[in-house]
Amino acid sequence: MNNPVLNVKAVCKDFGGVRALDEAELSVNDKEIVALIGPNGAGKTTFFNCITGIYTPTSGDVLIDPAAKGQAVRINGKKPNVVTELGMARTFQNIRLFPSMTALENVMIGTHCRTKASVWGAITRNKATREEEQAVIKRSYELLQLVGLDEFVNELAENIPYGKQRRLEIARALATDPFLLLLDEPAAGMNPQETKELEALICQIRDQFGISIMLIEHDMKMVMSMSDRIYVLDYGRMIATGTPQEIADNPAVIKAYLGEDDDA
Amino acid sequence: MEYFLELLLGGLTRGSIYALIALGYTMVYGIIELINFAHGEIYMIGAFTGLIVAGLLTMLGFPGASILAIALICAVIWSAAYGYTIEKVAYKPLRGAPRLSPLISAIGMSIFLQNYVMLSQTSDFLPFPELIPEFGFLKEYNSVMSSSELVIVAATILSCIGLTLFIKFTKLGKAMRATAQNRKMAMLVGINVNMVISATFIIGSSLAAVGGVLIACHVGQINYYIGFIAGIKAFTAAVLGGIGSIPGAMIGALVLGLTEAFATGYVSSDYEDVFAFSLLVLILIFRPAGIMGKEKTQKV
Amino acid sequence: MSNLTQETSQQSFISFFLTAGCDSVAHAVKKSFIVAIWFVFLTFPIMVIQVNTIEKTVVWHWNKIGYVAIAVFFGSFLWRWLLARKELKKDESTEETRIEGLLTRIQSHPLLKLASLGVLALAAILYPQVFDLYQTNIMVSCLVYIVLGLGLNIVVGLAGLLDLGYVAFYAVGAYAYALSNMHWGIGFWFALPLGAVLGTLLGLLLGFPVLRLRGDYLAIVTLGFGEIIRLVLENWGDITMGPSGISNIARPGFFGMKMSIMDSTIYMYYIMIGLVIFTIFCVNRLQNSRIGRAWLALREDEIACQAMGIDKMKTKLLAFALGATWAGMAGVIFAAKTTFINPASFTFWESAMILSIVVIGGMGSIRGVIAGAVILILVPEYLRNFAEFRMLLFGAIMVLVMVFRPQGLISAKRKIYKYEASNTASAANE
Ligand SMILES: Nc1ncnc2c1ncn2[C@@H]1O[C@H](COP(=O)(O)OP(=O)(O)OP(=O)(O)O)[C@@H](O)[C@H]1O
Ligand SMILES: [Mg+2]
Repeated sequence: MNNPVLNVKAVCKDFGGVRALDEAELSVNDKEIVALIGPNGAGKTTFFNCITGIYTPTSGDVLIDPAAKGQAVRINGKKPNVVTELGMARTFQNIRLFPSMTALENVMIGTHCRTKASVWGAITRNKATREEEQAVIKRSYELLQLVGLDEFVNELAENIPYGKQRRLEIARALATDPFLLLLDEPAAGMNPQETKELEALICQIRDQFGISIMLIEHDMKMVMSMSDRIYVLDYGRMIATGTPQEIADNPAVIKAYLGEDDDA
Repeated sequence: MEYFLELLLGGLTRGSIYALIALGYTMVYGIIELINFAHGEIYMIGAFTGLIVAGLLTMLGFPGASILAIALICAVIWSAAYGYTIEKVAYKPLRGAPRLSPLISAIGMSIFLQNYVMLSQTSDFLPFPELIPEFGFLKEYNSVMSSSELVIVAATILSCIGLTLFIKFTKLGKAMRATAQNRKMAMLVGINVNMVISATFIIGSSLAAVGGVLIACHVGQINYYIGFIAGIKAFTAAVLGGIGSIPGAMIGALVLGLTEAFATGYVSSDYEDVFAFSLLVLILIFRPAGIMGKEKTQKV
Repeated sequence: MSNLTQETSQQSFISFFLTAGCDSVAHAVKKSFIVAIWFVFLTFPIMVIQVNTIEKTVVWHWNKIGYVAIAVFFGSFLWRWLLARKELKKDESTEETRIEGLLTRIQSHPLLKLASLGVLALAAILYPQVFDLYQTNIMVSCLVYIVLGLGLNIVVGLAGLLDLGYVAFYAVGAYAYALSNMHWGIGFWFALPLGAVLGTLLGLLLGFPVLRLRGDYLAIVTLGFGEIIRLVLENWGDITMGPSGISNIARPGFFGMKMSIMDSTIYMYYIMIGLVIFTIFCVNRLQNSRIGRAWLALREDEIACQAMGIDKMKTKLLAFALGATWAGMAGVIFAAKTTFINPASFTFWESAMILSIVVIGGMGSIRGVIAGAVILILVPEYLRNFAEFRMLLFGAIMVLVMVFRPQGLISAKRKIYKYEASNTASAANE
């Protein structure tokens, strides 16, 4: 039970001479909601990119253990699609939907790595393919309902309101059937009401699907109320970790956020 | 040994011409990330303009050297005008369109220009008048180096130096570098990006026109199709050196010219173009950033 | 009353047309005038002066100045108007044109659809009976281009990979049949699948290293490959017979029957009709499948696509190889149809031609590609004295289409996935 599903060990990432991540350590336990916070430019998104295979870490290890049974697999250096197939799905800070595909199609894309209709199946449209297609449509629709977007099923993604696009990204990520969902600033650009609803949705997803969730977020109220544990990143370094209460009381964290005062 | 020298100089000459064309590709790519497919056609139009002007002047009885100078100037003026116009017509309306759109537009433009010249002029090879006089001091070395080769290499070196100084020290040159690095930022600090793009096309086209006239003098004949092959080869040179990099284009062009010269000289002349294309394919597969280019990671 | 509004709307249209992108009519005229002068200057040496350096003669075509000036003067109004209209209609880009609307209406009405399909089928069957050998032959070429266009459409239109060396696979199919027929007497019906398989294999082989490249590099590399293949065909005389090509290639046989040229052309025609139907069927099903969706997504955003678990290389490779499959088949047919092939049939122009069919017709649109092939192949055939302007116009139209109508003549129409109402209702009740 206490085996983490994600275990990141001493990951570094350099861009030219800039060290965006410096020996970052982090772990996520089964069915946990973990938040990653830090000032702008701290390297949070880079951290996501490194563990999902979009960037290859300069050094360090990323280990996953989907079943939390102590059988960790090393995944750094693997391609993003392989990582997703292994069960880590993400959303993007600057929304990356497929703009000229419908909401439903966007979610259907998420099921791609869990389905297997081939060229042959596509052309002959045999029974297995038809059934698979039906199941995909059904599941995608249900996911859209879950995130409250069923009224937009056949709307092009680019025509959906901004806040809802973030929800659509979550549905699309869920369609890949992950054990760990990574959300990059899911509440960015949302009003307090929407943020609240989003918080409820994230908790519901955790309970309903029994998966772990890790999120990057700047909205402290949301982070404090919903996370089990929080990690704080500053200049690429994990400077603190603990429960929301511990983080709120941690002087290093306060310094990182209000650093300018002390430096002066 | 003499054969080797001859090949070496032949390679240098080729490389010089490729460099003059490759600079245009690389500059345009550096600024708007577009492979200006029609650039080879600009070179061809430069050669044709040079031929027309030179033909007229010869008939009017002008002396040789002045003909070359006037023909070069006219070729530069008109090629630059074509380059400028092409950008305005075929690329500018497509800023912000999906990446494939301007590329297809460029291919269309290239097809159009080739046929435009073919229909207006001729589809046959046209003999190009001999404009470069035989230099007396080169007589003894005639077997290894002709005067036109010397002129080409010298003109290329001068153009490259001029361009480098221009980019480095003039205001427009600095604006170009800034735009190449970050177009949005350049716009924010008040650089007239449209003008910079136009200037890039004009400079690139002018260099190609110089190349077109000189190679036409050297080879002695032109047709509407010369831009296509030369264009692809110059593009190869640009990629070889690292597209977007000006010194890279020069180095890439030299490497390509020499490779071609030695490969055709020592291996087989039937497969002349195959060497260039194979080199292109190999570089793109194994080192798409080229000799001088830097690998870029896309920011997510 | 209604007459009046019509009049005013007409008036406003005219004034919009005249002043699009300008402050006033006078400004517009001045602008057009300047543009016309500019183009006269631009085209002056190349269009007006023809020198012959050997005979030392000069021919001046002064009249062309006039044509250019007039055409550009009026054309520039049109240009500005089209640009302004595009700006205005930016938000309504999904709006259908009248022809598209008609097609949609026909398709959504089962009876109409059946009737129109019936008419089409009848026309296709009767065509060689009604028209003569010459016409049938042209139609066969057109059908070959439809197949090629639909094949390239998988690569360019569906997967968004710009392949400028498509003709290489076409050449491979043609030479595979020509050579195997010459050396081992292999027949058409055996060569057809062989061509398809060879096309696929070559597609995989070439695609594997190059598909990692970014879009525009891919275009150039494929162009390079296409040229390499052609140059090899030209220079490797021992095997390919060099530039003189291979002649006396067998036409398709029909159970060993001897056929006249007329009969075998008609036979070829029906084979092509069959192949076109087969191709449409396959492409249509592919684009509405799991794979088709992945292609589309890949075209829109590669990074998001990979993050959603799609194997970029594999998906692209699939498109590339499938496109090549059809080119291989078309190559076999081309060789069988002309009974003579040489490398000159497989130049870059051929690739450019097929690409213009796809682009002008409408990338990703089956109906568009068919319309593109019919227009681009048949029209120049019938307007003989305009044939020499063919590539000139194709080039110009490619630019114009990209600038003003990137979706092509007939835009792609995608399947709308429906979630059954009953299920929806029950799900809503939960
Ligand atoms: N592809 C890249 N190339 C070069 N530098 C990069 C790249 N990606 C990120 N960086 C740099 O790494 C640092 C961390 O960036 P990152 O996007 O991870 O920050 P962040 O914590 O997500 O900030 P924000 O809260 O603004 O999203 C920044 O200085 C950024 O400029
Ligand atoms: Mg970020």
